[in-house]
Amino acid sequence: MNFLYAAYSATWIIHIIYLVILVRRYHSLRNEIDELKKGKPTPGH
Amino acid sequence: MSKPPGAVAGVIQATLAKDLRLEWRSKDAINSMLFFSLLVVVVFSFSFDPNAEESRQIAGGLVWVAFLFAAVVALGQTWARELRNQVLDAYRVSPAPANSLFLAKALGNFIFVAILELLMTPLFIMFYKLRALGPAWQLIPIAALGTWAIVVNGTFFAAMSLRTRSREIMLPLLLFPVCIPALLAMVNATTAILTGELSAKFWIVLLTTYDVVFTIACLLLFELVLHAE
Amino acid sequence: MKRQAEGDECRHENSMKRAFPIFAVLTAVLLSYALYEALVAAPTEQTMGNVQRIFYYHVPSAWTAFLLFFINFVCSIQYLVRRDKVADSIANWVAIVLGVAACAAAVVIRPLPSGVEPSSVATTGLAITGLYFLVKRYFSGSRTDALALVTAEVGVVFCTVVLVTGPLWARPVWGIWWTWDVRLTSTLVLWLIYISYLMLRRFSASGQTPVLAAALAIFGALDVPLVYFSIWIFRTQHPQPVIGGGGSIDPRMLHVLLINWLAFLCFAALICWSRYRLEVLQREVEEIHAMKGLQDPRSSG
Repeated sequence: MNFLYAAYSATWIIHIIYLVILVRRYHSLRNEIDELKKGKPTPGH
Repeated sequence: MSKPPGAVAGVIQATLAKDLRLEWRSKDAINSMLFFSLLVVVVFSFSFDPNAEESRQIAGGLVWVAFLFAAVVALGQTWARELRNQVLDAYRVSPAPANSLFLAKALGNFIFVAILELLMTPLFIMFYKLRALGPAWQLIPIAALGTWAIVVNGTFFAAMSLRTRSREIMLPLLLFPVCIPALLAMVNATTAILTGELSAKFWIVLLTTYDVVFTIACLLLFELVLHAE
Repeated sequence: MKRQAEGDECRHENSMKRAFPIFAVLTAVLLSYALYEALVAAPTEQTMGNVQRIFYYHVPSAWTAFLLFFINFVCSIQYLVRRDKVADSIANWVAIVLGVAACAAAVVIRPLPSGVEPSSVATTGLAITGLYFLVKRYFSGSRTDALALVTAEVGVVFCTVVLVTGPLWARPVWGIWWTWDVRLTSTLVLWLIYISYLMLRRFSASGQTPVLAAALAIFGALDVPLVYFSIWIFRTQHPQPVIGGGGSIDPRMLHVLLINWLAFLCFAALICWSRYRLEVLQREVEEIHAMKGLQDPRSSG
């Protein structure tokens, strides 16, 4: 029975780890975009 | 406008001759490879010291893993030299078809690795007291097909990993997973011959299939890989 | 004209953005229901007991992983043939022929190997053709490459789940953590190939990455059937325990299995969607960096 719970937990742990990685990358990308927006007050043309 | 077969063969021959000549003149690659192969044999022999009966069971695996490692080191060398001298850029602008270049490289590597194997084999036989109980002549096609399997994919992946970071580790990373069925076939065929218990026929057929499939794939895709940018 | 097209795309984007949370909630509900079915409602297996319920997570994850890797394979092919019209039409025809042949095989070939239903053969064939043209229609050009990366990553995640739940199921039931049987070994090799695919994508110079990765995916696709066949030969010579068994399945269990598969498919779609948007955003940012580098070479990006 322990194996059953271990397997189900492992499945969700793996998925959650991946989702956390994605969320963190999204946040760092967002920060980068904000930096870029701040960094170009002068218009390109 | 397709080239006549004579021209293609000519390109292959010329490139192959150039590679072999360069290897012979430089000699560092050969010497270091020879020594590496010797070291591999010795290290494996220290790690596994079976009696004659057991050794027949496991020698197939040991020998082919040793060959695989030696081949990977050799393959990494050959393209690296080309990159150092920017020969690769010359290849890309030359009118020679990419396939001929690939075949020449693969054949050169095959000869190189085959020489290494020929030198390592007597040492293995000596250290493991090997004697084939099955039809020993079959070991020759097995060795040839197996070596070609490693070399053809190895040459392709070596070219792929040329401009990657961590180039040296990239080649085995890419090669080993793809080589698994061929490795299985080589090891089991060799074990079948050594122990004489089973027939190696299925494995030889599988090896041949693997070689045909991947040689065609390499030839079709090499042009794209060479010009990828 | 261009403004209208941009407007259309904006509206499309907005409706997609609104659909996402709704879909996410639906998926969460479905996953919970599927979990309940798997743990509580499904009948207990005779020989294996409750541990058998791992099956309801192990098998759908495997099917999802294979589906994702197949989509990656389709993307790789489409990326490689997109420039060459002849190769492109050959690929189109192969996709159509496979679908038709599968349907014909489902009708004509009797008897099929055990455990294989005619309906699943036909569905697989139609799915192959359908997926090929769907990907072509909705993901073209550089988006093909983005989709390839996304499906490879998410596929590796699901494949990891398969390789972890497999031994956890095998140990209490068959007493061993691992065996070199056809399915486990092929799955392991597939996982290894796609990890090497992801490493290649990470380490290669950015201009070449799509082509190299696509070539590697083709090699992987050629390799896996060979692995399957080689292990099959090995097993006929050295028989070993079979994990997972084959053959027919109780209809109530089949129902739970399919519910879980549907739930995981939706979940995979959600993750792929998010990852895809992330990837598109990332590529836009990289492009902006590149443009800035061009416009003002003095400032570093």
